Amino acid sequence: MTSTPALSVRNLTKTYDNGVVALRGLSLDVAAGDFFALLGPNGAGKSTLIGMIASLVNLGEGEIEVFGLSVRHQRNQAMSQIGLVPQEINFNQFEKPVEILVNQAGFYGVPRKIALQRAEKYLRALSLWDKRDATSRTLSGGMKRRLMIARAMMNEPRLLILDEPTAGVDIEIRRSMWQFVREINRTGTTVILTTHYLEEAEQLCRNIAIIDHGRIIEHSPMRSLLAKLDVESFVLDIDDGEHSLPAIDGVRLQRLDNGSLEAEVPKAIALSEVFAALHHHGIRVKSMRNKANRLEELFMRLVGNPAPPPATDAGRSP
Amino acid sequence: MTGHETWTALYTLWRREIMRIARIWSQTLVPPAITMTLYFLIFGKLIGARIGQMDGIAYIDFIVPGLIMMSVITNSYGNIVSSFFGAKFGKHVEEMLVSPMPSWVILAGYVGGAVTRGLAVGTIVLFIAMFFTEVRLANPLVTLSSVVLAAIVFSFAGFINATFARKFDDVAIIPAFVLTPLTYLGGVFYSISLLPELWRNVSYANPILYMVNAFRYGVLGVSDIPLAVAYAVMIAFAVLLGGFSLWLLHTGRGLRS
Repeated sequence: MTSTPALSVRNLTKTYDNGVVALRGLSLDVAAGDFFALLGPNGAGKSTLIGMIASLVNLGEGEIEVFGLSVRHQRNQAMSQIGLVPQEINFNQFEKPVEILVNQAGFYGVPRKIALQRAEKYLRALSLWDKRDATSRTLSGGMKRRLMIARAMMNEPRLLILDEPTAGVDIEIRRSMWQFVREINRTGTTVILTTHYLEEAEQLCRNIAIIDHGRIIEHSPMRSLLAKLDVESFVLDIDDGEHSLPAIDGVRLQRLDNGSLEAEVPKAIALSEVFAALHHHGIRVKSMRNKANRLEELFMRLVGNPAPPPATDAGRSP
Repeated sequence: MTGHETWTALYTLWRREIMRIARIWSQTLVPPAITMTLYFLIFGKLIGARIGQMDGIAYIDFIVPGLIMMSVITNSYGNIVSSFFGAKFGKHVEEMLVSPMPSWVILAGYVGGAVTRGLAVGTIVLFIAMFFTEVRLANPLVTLSSVVLAAIVFSFAGFINATFARKFDDVAIIPAFVLTPLTYLGGVFYSISLLPELWRNVSYANPILYMVNAFRYGVLGVSDIPLAVAYAVMIAFAVLLGGFSLWLLHTGRGLRS
């Protein structure tokens, strides 16, 4: 790990031509080698920020540096450090996967012979080798997503940005994608991830930033953020709905139906105490699960939004 | 990017354009061949035989350079406008925008592809013309330089059209209402010496007139326009439209919000 951050954003402000203010003096650092989650509700400014980093959105006020290279003043050098997996499918669907990859490498100045070798490497790694000569529009949704990841790797970037890469992808493919990205991160590539599957962010990312209304409202290691969650909610499946619920200091119990109840338990209270009290009242707990993902609970508290973050920023982008 | 990397990027983009032209050859290469065969047959053989001579040259011979130039102009323009607007519409223009390619490389790659298609179609039309008349090049250097310059000018024009276009209608309007009338009124089928003074003077405002006449000089050795003036106009348009195209790309007009 080097001392130069993979990404340094300083006082970034973006106002679109239609007057919408997407970013308001946003500052952010991502360390080299990190697996970083960038979360935020619909229209928070995530896609604008990613667009500005990757040169898809014109810079407003403020500065962005990628491994110390200014996106404003050293744009071409900065771009050669980045691989971007965008939210929307954006390759030519009439081209073959292998052509798409080789062309993308060519745009970064990678000679064709090396580009062909890399294309094979990443198409195989993402289980797309058999489809290398198919017309891209005939690929399934999951294949198209994987193709965009392979394309982003063709310049072997030091910073890989994944903007909701698993939207609409089934669980099996999602897991294989994350296995691939974990391996990429393990070999030294910094990864920035936005996702609305918060359990993914919790499992994969070491550090996290939450954006809301164009500002960073939380920026901390995942572990310390999760430690802030002082109360957890569980759903307990019980085998007796007739008995009254016990009163336990600090714990809120609420019957959902005859077969289940919800428990809000402060971290200071051991779950065994809750089970013991229930058992004492003749209630046997058959199984238990978290009511929501821990990060999701925190997220909703921080952004004050009852719903989990949706998939797009369409609400605020011009 | 190093010089070698820049060259690789430029070659990649040009090659992609050529592959696109080859992939849809039935839309890019065949229609102009059919259209021009009909022009030679109807205007050259059937009607041309009754017209006789134009500026002392058999009518079919007179229209050969104009028809070749017309094909080159419309195909260069059409290639870049459909390819670049298609890239915008399909969002794969982002593949280039996120890359370290300088703006001039993106522009040069697209213009290179458009000029290549223009020249390919021009060559096809030239071969078709040879079935109808004997074609000899009076001045090959003028022939080649004028056709390349014209293709470059209209590639830039097509790029500007594609940059400002927001829907498919926008890429059809300019060719239909501007390019086609200018081409037909640019001295393809007649010498402007036949026009009354007023319309002759109006014709001087049409840049295609200079291109057709420079090319006709290259093929037949005759022109309504002094060669130096024709080149000055073509070069001026190339610099002006090329500079504007580069500025549009550099500032991200129509591409970056």
